[in-house]
Amino acid sequence: MTAVFAVVGHAEAWWIQIVKSLILFIVGFSLVPVALMMDRKLLGRFQGRYGPNRVGPLGALQPMADIAKLISKEQFRPRTSTGFLFALAPAISVLTASATFAILPFGDVVDIFGAKVGLYGVDVSIGILFAFAFSAISFYGLMLGGWASGSRYSFLGAMRSAAQLISYEVSMGLSLLGVIMTAGTLSLTGIVNAQNGMWYFIPQLVGFVIFMTAAFAETNRPPFDLPEADAELVGGYNTEYGGGRFASYYAAEYFNMVIASGLAVTLFFGGWLLPFGIHPPHWVDPFVVLGKTILVMAFFVWIRATLPRLRYDQLMSLGWKILLPLATLNALVTAIIVVVTHS
Amino acid sequence: MTDTTETPAGASAAISDYRKQEESITLSSSPATDAPDTELLTINMGPHHPSTHGVLRLILTLEAEVVRDVKPIIGYVHTGIEKTAEQKAYWKVIPVIERMDYVSYYFNAMAYCGAVEKLLDIEVPARAQYLRVIHLELNRIVSHLIWLGTSAIDLGAISVWWYCFRERETILDLFEMSSGQRIHTRYFQVGGVIEDVPRGWVERVRRFTKTMRTRADQYAALLDKNEIVLQRLRHTGVLDADTLLDLGVTGPLLRAAGNPWDLRKAAPYSSYDHFAFRIPVGATGDNYDRYRVRHAEIYESCDIIDQALDGLPEGPFITEDRKVALPPRHELATSMEALIHHFKLVTEGFRVPPGEIYYPIESPRGELGCFVRSDGSSKPARVHMRDPSFHNLQMTAPATRGSYIADLVATLAMIDPILGGVDR
Repeated sequence: MTAVFAVVGHAEAWWIQIVKSLILFIVGFSLVPVALMMDRKLLGRFQGRYGPNRVGPLGALQPMADIAKLISKEQFRPRTSTGFLFALAPAISVLTASATFAILPFGDVVDIFGAKVGLYGVDVSIGILFAFAFSAISFYGLMLGGWASGSRYSFLGAMRSAAQLISYEVSMGLSLLGVIMTAGTLSLTGIVNAQNGMWYFIPQLVGFVIFMTAAFAETNRPPFDLPEADAELVGGYNTEYGGGRFASYYAAEYFNMVIASGLAVTLFFGGWLLPFGIHPPHWVDPFVVLGKTILVMAFFVWIRATLPRLRYDQLMSLGWKILLPLATLNALVTAIIVVVTHS
Repeated sequence: MTDTTETPAGASAAISDYRKQEESITLSSSPATDAPDTELLTINMGPHHPSTHGVLRLILTLEAEVVRDVKPIIGYVHTGIEKTAEQKAYWKVIPVIERMDYVSYYFNAMAYCGAVEKLLDIEVPARAQYLRVIHLELNRIVSHLIWLGTSAIDLGAISVWWYCFRERETILDLFEMSSGQRIHTRYFQVGGVIEDVPRGWVERVRRFTKTMRTRADQYAALLDKNEIVLQRLRHTGVLDADTLLDLGVTGPLLRAAGNPWDLRKAAPYSSYDHFAFRIPVGATGDNYDRYRVRHAEIYESCDIIDQALDGLPEGPFITEDRKVALPPRHELATSMEALIHHFKLVTEGFRVPPGEIYYPIESPRGELGCFVRSDGSSKPARVHMRDPSFHNLQMTAPATRGSYIADLVATLAMIDPILGGVDR
């Protein structure tokens, strides 16, 4: 029988899957405050100050305090807003972000007390397409949120996010074609295993640069934070949001950053593989992935501290006139090389 | 348009008249476009908006992302300082007048004190003039640092703000050392300055100018050749020098368009003619030129400060004229005359001969002029400031019509209006 949706590489017993998804969910959502804290602490250091250091040891509990404060606030909603969409939109953002987390591999299939367990949520044969599907849906979160607010600033922000996400999604997808062709598989675990020997950011440097640029745009991080450009649109799509819903958007943004970093690690930095022939025991793999992810996240923060924001039309022309042709060319050249070397 | 509502008679008539007048102003215009079916969006930017630098309100007519029309609306921070000044003795006006353009407070005080000194026809001691120059130029650096930091935030480069404010803190420490206050120092007095600078101050200023130059180099390294900054600033908000002059725009904005008009050179005051400094001039009058001109002015200010420190003359720091300046504290216990002067000055203030004067100086934003009319009493009959922010703000619409919202924000940042000075 042909698979209707996708072939799953390795499936465990149902109870293992439930435990796994719970762990992933907890790990994923613990990474959000870590990302938040790292953002603020690193920004502080970049800017010659300390960053938050009052709540908890070294200020480590600051994100918790922020989240608690936001959640305990009144759910305000403008009179002009469309009620249920206004409430639904942040939920979509969080949901799609956490769903994408399921495919990030933290390790290969390992033996845990006799049971074979894959250190990932699910290893689907469509792999990276799963991530694209959900990031395409996540755009509804921003779009609906901006539109349902009934505010002009939100509306402009929503328009910007729509245009931005659509145009950068294309470049992002094309930039990964090279990786997929070189690895010969869509499965993320397969791609990581194919990087044994050489991580893909060396042969696929162009693809990597395009992927990172597009990832900044996809996650609405500076210098591509136009949908929420605070100097222009106050807050963009989340202008009218406050309290828990705002916290959801905020969490989704950081979650997306974590995922983009995780994808970059998986696709270009060899996932759980270590260089120089180091082969640690399998239980180290998830920590290797986490460590690499945090390093890539630090790069996100660094860029935020350094670069100013692009203008809307410049963003569009960068996406369509530079990144897209470059990504296409990269895919073409890789295809030719793959065909030549494999025949 | 809304004639259906009747003006209610009685107590609320006055309010309604005002409201009627306010509503008669068309805030959003529909400019003639080639495509009549394009949808225009009117958006209210301000008075509380992150990038309007205070309480400027802009009514934008947008066509998608493109600004079709801008109407700046001011008056949200009207303080009535000019009127307040009429109720106060001449020397008590200084603290309020400093609060108009609250970023360049020394300049407000300088314009006012200069005007009153001209009316009184008194000589300011050379040391006081040099001390004034040092403080003015330090304040110019403060003002440009605040401009650079806030502009960078408007462009999205958030870190520059912190770097600029780090240097600003150093200058404010220097102000605190010389006057006891960090901002709104009331350091300038009619006839000189309130106190001589303390021991060690000169060395600290010297150290500061040295670090300031390297720090300015660092800003340039971060911004000058940054491709995004270049794309955001070059060829945006362009206005030529003639248009700017027609609009009454002065200062760095005019100089960025190629007109080297600087009152420090054109009509030297407070012994500015003793110092050698250059006037940075732009070529095209776009936002990038505005940025570069102000950035270059930081170096020139450092040069002026260094020269003034080198040549700082010995002597009194305030005029010896006891009718105008307070006597030294120690004389009060021994000299009857000093006590009488002190009493008269503190209770009534000094009288200024009748007449009127306009005294312009070069503030960080352009020509800051103070008009004072005296009727011979100890309180000014009229004080009026020609604040450069007010005039510079007139270029908002011509410079931004037809550009993107992001360009509008960048242009507004480069105009650098201080709304406290605009509304007064």
